[in-house]
Amino acid sequence: MVDEILHQPRRRVLNNRTQTAVTLVVSLVLLLAVVVGGRLLFSVAQQTDFTAKNLAPSLQHLFGTDWMGRDMLSRSLAGLSTSVLVGLLAAGASAILALVLGAAAALGGKRVDTAITWLIDLMLGIPHIVLLILISFAIGKGFWGVTIGVALTHWPNLARVIRAEILQCREATFVAYARKLGKSPVRIALDHMLPYVFPQFLVGLVLLFPHAILHEAAITFLGFGLPPEQPAIGIILSESMSYLSVGMWWLALFPGIALIITVLLFDRAGSNLRKLIDPHRSQE
Amino acid sequence: MASRIIWHIVKFIVLMFAVSIVAFVLVSISPIDPVQANVGQTAYLNMSEAKRAQLADYWGVGTPIWERYGHWLISAIQGDFGMSLRYNAPVTSVIATRFANSAALMAVAWTISGVLGFVFGVVAGLFKGRWPDRIIKGYCFLLASTPTFWLALVFLTLFAVWLGWFPLGFSVPIGAASQDVTFWDALHHVALPALTLSVVGVANVALHTREKTIDVLQSDYVRFARARGESSLGALLHHGLRNLALPALTLQFASISEIFGGSVLVEQVFSYPGLGQAAVTAGLGGDVALLVGIALISAALVFGGNLLANVLYGVIDPRIRRGQSYG
Repeated sequence: MVDEILHQPRRRVLNNRTQTAVTLVVSLVLLLAVVVGGRLLFSVAQQTDFTAKNLAPSLQHLFGTDWMGRDMLSRSLAGLSTSVLVGLLAAGASAILALVLGAAAALGGKRVDTAITWLIDLMLGIPHIVLLILISFAIGKGFWGVTIGVALTHWPNLARVIRAEILQCREATFVAYARKLGKSPVRIALDHMLPYVFPQFLVGLVLLFPHAILHEAAITFLGFGLPPEQPAIGIILSESMSYLSVGMWWLALFPGIALIITVLLFDRAGSNLRKLIDPHRSQE
Repeated sequence: MASRIIWHIVKFIVLMFAVSIVAFVLVSISPIDPVQANVGQTAYLNMSEAKRAQLADYWGVGTPIWERYGHWLISAIQGDFGMSLRYNAPVTSVIATRFANSAALMAVAWTISGVLGFVFGVVAGLFKGRWPDRIIKGYCFLLASTPTFWLALVFLTLFAVWLGWFPLGFSVPIGAASQDVTFWDALHHVALPALTLSVVGVANVALHTREKTIDVLQSDYVRFARARGESSLGALLHHGLRNLALPALTLQFASISEIFGGSVLVEQVFSYPGLGQAAVTAGLGGDVALLVGIALISAALVFGGNLLANVLYGVIDPRIRRGQSYG
């Protein structure tokens, strides 16, 4: 009897596409909840309570408290909401930069193409972290330092993809037709090429988020990012370094796990979106 | 052959120029006052005006950027990259000592992550869809979302604080004279940072090799080998390994940039005195010369990695050795 049940094929309640869409929506809702929750908890996160400091995780403080009695759960959530905002801003700006430069390289003639390709190679030739340190230093650290730094360092890969897509599109018959019909290059770019690259662009944008968030946390951790009074995961983790050797492991463990979950959610959302809108992958 | 070498040299020089200009401009437009950043708030307020001016002069405040770049470039061509104001020593010597430490760390991590990633990839490809594949794939996806410095913190807590197997930081025992440091000591100190870096670096190579292994197992030559009676594993080892090693090797060389980035974070956590830690110190303290020097050496490292990948490609792949399809 048990054997029979175990060997039955798993019944599919939902088809693949619906499943993918549901996963996408669920991850987006969870992310929204993190942002909204984090914003609401901002004041709680900065509240100090010296009667309840250095507490290990308990039911009252799920993530424990730090040396100033701040609740680590609300601090982590508030930090995550900042991270997600930085990620959204930076990834958005970066993706638009990639779209513009990628399109310019593909359509702007040989010289522009050479220049932009060289710029891409240059950007990829310096390790990300070093470039990020240089840029945030140039802008003077803080919120904008990180955001602009992350935005300026993450476009090359996507720009490459978009350049290749547009080059391919330029050779397509429908573009040749439009050209023969006397459409202006600008109209062709807007009417035919933009819709062609848009799915790639959107997916590229969403897949930039995880990178942007991780790099924001990293650069903040190193001391080049958000200022210490702001709740941010990077700050929390860098402060926790001084307390790890006395055994306060919860200061580092839980905020990190929360960060990983957020990044994973973005990653899930991105790859599911890709499956939904990319015709080459719709069968997966 | 000769023209190819000259072409690479020209490319390298142009790259170094571009990187130095980018680094210089970025560092110079910074609104951070190097005097304030270095002496601290209280000392700055208590300082006399003359002392402040003297320090501002020391940090090069007020000299126009092109003049400074010109000076720097002229001496850089002669091999003098300026003085690191933070460490009060020539940039070249600071970088040289730090580079030795970082190179040891990165070389260990690079090798371990490459070999491990390759083996994981082949195993996952062989067992496609079954539990070894699922575990390896899950591990890789999870790691891609894990911040390196957090993993370093967790390892530090687990292995150094709780279990006490490894030291808490630094590259040599605290208070030991440099001639007393044994090879074993150095290894003991590099182990935990290297372990962290390798664990993180596995994902890329493993996932790529997995895809390739699946492709190779479906190829005609493996089918023929199977028809002759070789096992799946044997066919893969005898005929597929070279095909698999090529892309993995290229990928691993191309990942030097990421390993360097990871080493910056890991060195910070373990207080390991390498290039990454120097970069952070230089950045926080406004040490222009050192920052530019580190940007240059990191770009040179990445360039060298890509170049080496190209050369090795030729050595391993006879098709490329005979043809001229690389460049």
